[in-house]
Amino acid sequence: MQLAFSADQQVLAEAFGQFFSRESPTSVVRRAETLGFDAALWSSLGAMEVWGSDATLSDLCVIGEAAGHALAPVPFAEHVVVSRLLAWPTLLTGESVGAISPRAANAHGLWTIVPAGAIADIVVGLDGDEFIAVRSPAPFAGPANHACAPLADRDSRGGERSVIGNRHHFERAMSELRVITASLLVGVAALALEMGVEYVQQRHQFGVPIGSFQSVQHGLADLPGRIDGARLLTHQAAQALDLGHVGHNAVANNDITDPHSLASMALLFASDIAADATARSLHFHGGYGFSDEYDIQLAYRRARGWALVLGDPTAERLALADRLWPSAAAGTATSNSAVRL
Amino acid sequence: MKQIWVATHRLLDTGEGGADMDFQLPPEVLSYRKRVRDIIAAHHTPEAVHHQHASGTFNNPALNRALAAEGLVERAVPGLGAGDPIELWVLFNEMEKAGAPLDALAMAVMIAGVVQHVGTPEQKAAVIPAVTAGEALICLGYSEADAGSDLSSLTTRATRDGDQWVINGAKMWTTMAHEARWVILLARTDPSLPRHRGLTMFLLPMNTPGVRVDPVHTMATERTNATFYDDVRVGDDCVLGEVNGGWQVMSVALSFERGVMGGSNPGVPLLRHSAQWAHDSGRINEPAVREKLARVAIDNHVAALLTQRSAWIAASGGMPGLEGSMTKLFASEAYQQASRWFQEMAGAEGLLQLQQPGAAADGWIEYDARHSPVTTIYGGTSEIIRNNIAERHLGLPRMRR
Repeated sequence: MQLAFSADQQVLAEAFGQFFSRESPTSVVRRAETLGFDAALWSSLGAMEVWGSDATLSDLCVIGEAAGHALAPVPFAEHVVVSRLLAWPTLLTGESVGAISPRAANAHGLWTIVPAGAIADIVVGLDGDEFIAVRSPAPFAGPANHACAPLADRDSRGGERSVIGNRHHFERAMSELRVITASLLVGVAALALEMGVEYVQQRHQFGVPIGSFQSVQHGLADLPGRIDGARLLTHQAAQALDLGHVGHNAVANNDITDPHSLASMALLFASDIAADATARSLHFHGGYGFSDEYDIQLAYRRARGWALVLGDPTAERLALADRLWPSAAAGTATSNSAVRL
Repeated sequence: MKQIWVATHRLLDTGEGGADMDFQLPPEVLSYRKRVRDIIAAHHTPEAVHHQHASGTFNNPALNRALAAEGLVERAVPGLGAGDPIELWVLFNEMEKAGAPLDALAMAVMIAGVVQHVGTPEQKAAVIPAVTAGEALICLGYSEADAGSDLSSLTTRATRDGDQWVINGAKMWTTMAHEARWVILLARTDPSLPRHRGLTMFLLPMNTPGVRVDPVHTMATERTNATFYDDVRVGDDCVLGEVNGGWQVMSVALSFERGVMGGSNPGVPLLRHSAQWAHDSGRINEPAVREKLARVAIDNHVAALLTQRSAWIAASGGMPGLEGSMTKLFASEAYQQASRWFQEMAGAEGLLQLQQPGAAADGWIEYDARHSPVTTIYGGTSEIIRNNIAERHLGLPRMRR
């Protein structure tokens, strides 16, 4: 048993922490709004040789947390998943950007609100029971949205279309997307906490730093345990997916090792703490937190945007419940969630 | 701004070489766990539970003795060398998951660990075998009627008289005092020293003349006690650790408690009972019910990971004080929330008590609604824990407003 990163992962964490610190300061994040994509950063990230490497999903979560901590305007989660799925040369260099549609194509063949859909030239997703990939030019435009993320609708029936698998493969890819997204959200939550602590130490009112008031201290003190918990769960899920065991869902004994259950739990828990940490941190910034000029609002919107593009958390919880209490599963999942394995 | 991010990766400093993160328990721990589970299953019976709730004494002597007979208690005593912190964690985690009463045994094991750490050879010989045999219990004499969170304001006095100490005062929340062989008593020995500095810990036999126990009944059926000390005379052989070094002795005890035994998983039996209720009442298909069950399953899972982390830190030679506090804060608040959700969901049937016909989850949902409030109070209130996390982990300025 070892509940710490390996020495290699420590090196990875430091290297990518420095990389994103240097290459993606908040000035870069702001400049990339509203599309939410910085081509130069994407190119630099490609040069770090992440795509197509033998990095495990757990390693990729270490990098993901660093990317989330920097609010990096690049399609890290989406591209990781698609490049692991399709080892196509242009994906591995980063020359092509991959995206995956959480929603199946609608009656008109449209994948709606696809994360990284605005910038991807390779989009994968479900159309009926087929898991397909479509190559078509990225529009570099999409609806104005909460997180200034490169969202867009994409046509599942235009461009070069190929079948790459079935629902089983799609669900595997979606579990990976949940885990990588969870790692990004852990980074966002950690950033929000740091920003909040720093602000309340330097903001003075009534002759003292506002961080010396218990109500402020308590609001922040709830966060580190949950952030650490989210990180542990994310890595447990990543490792379970890497190991490829079927696992089990012995919830009565608090013993869940099913990788898909763990991936869902990781996303839910990380989404929750990221939303909470950013809300509290923004609140403790007072009026400045609400202004565009301060950076906490950047984190606040991404905590929500990066999580909710994967769907309604209630639907996600109901799909998890179907895994944990399966005897009554039929017909209880809501229509928003894709059918799960 | 990078400080805290590095701090939450504090574990990085204790990681071993190139080995990957690994959540699996090693084979010897799995076999320990299986033995513990088998014994709990054999002795945590409906009859034992009934007796526990009828008497208000939340202890299962037969279970304690059976665990001890297999050497499993001895393995769990901190610092004794027979087991390790991982097994301490496994033992109490399994008892808690099963809903077995663990606090009495946990206190005894924890104090045996303290005695192992700071006790004289005579104290070790008196205490440790009695505890590891599953026979002797030890209660905690820290809090007083007027000294809870502000413990260092305590007034129980131990005055030197010749070669004896004369103890006068009273302690509150001395759970298991009516069954314990010893009380570990924190008393003021030097009033000229400020607050926590002039305190001494005594290992006091409960049958010493002048010691009196009064029951205190709680909302959650469990009985605790007030204990009174009227001119209790003891020798230096009852001093545990250094004279005026009592606060440090208590810190050792707290580190065992919070690191591994504290902040565990009361939500696990609650979820099991509630899911059972949902099945039995035909409401397991309702999305609103399923959604809450899933939320609690996630919180329970994360609480277990955080407790596992504390155990791992202790096993790696660290002191997981803050990590244990964070875990207890999260787990207790989540459990309290869950007990409310499930009682509400169960409606009027959630009001009926153990063994009443029609009671939701046989009355366990009602019980958890009465029990959950204490979990954010004992072992350090949520507010005190938040103060500690804010000051020591987040580096925020110390202030009491």
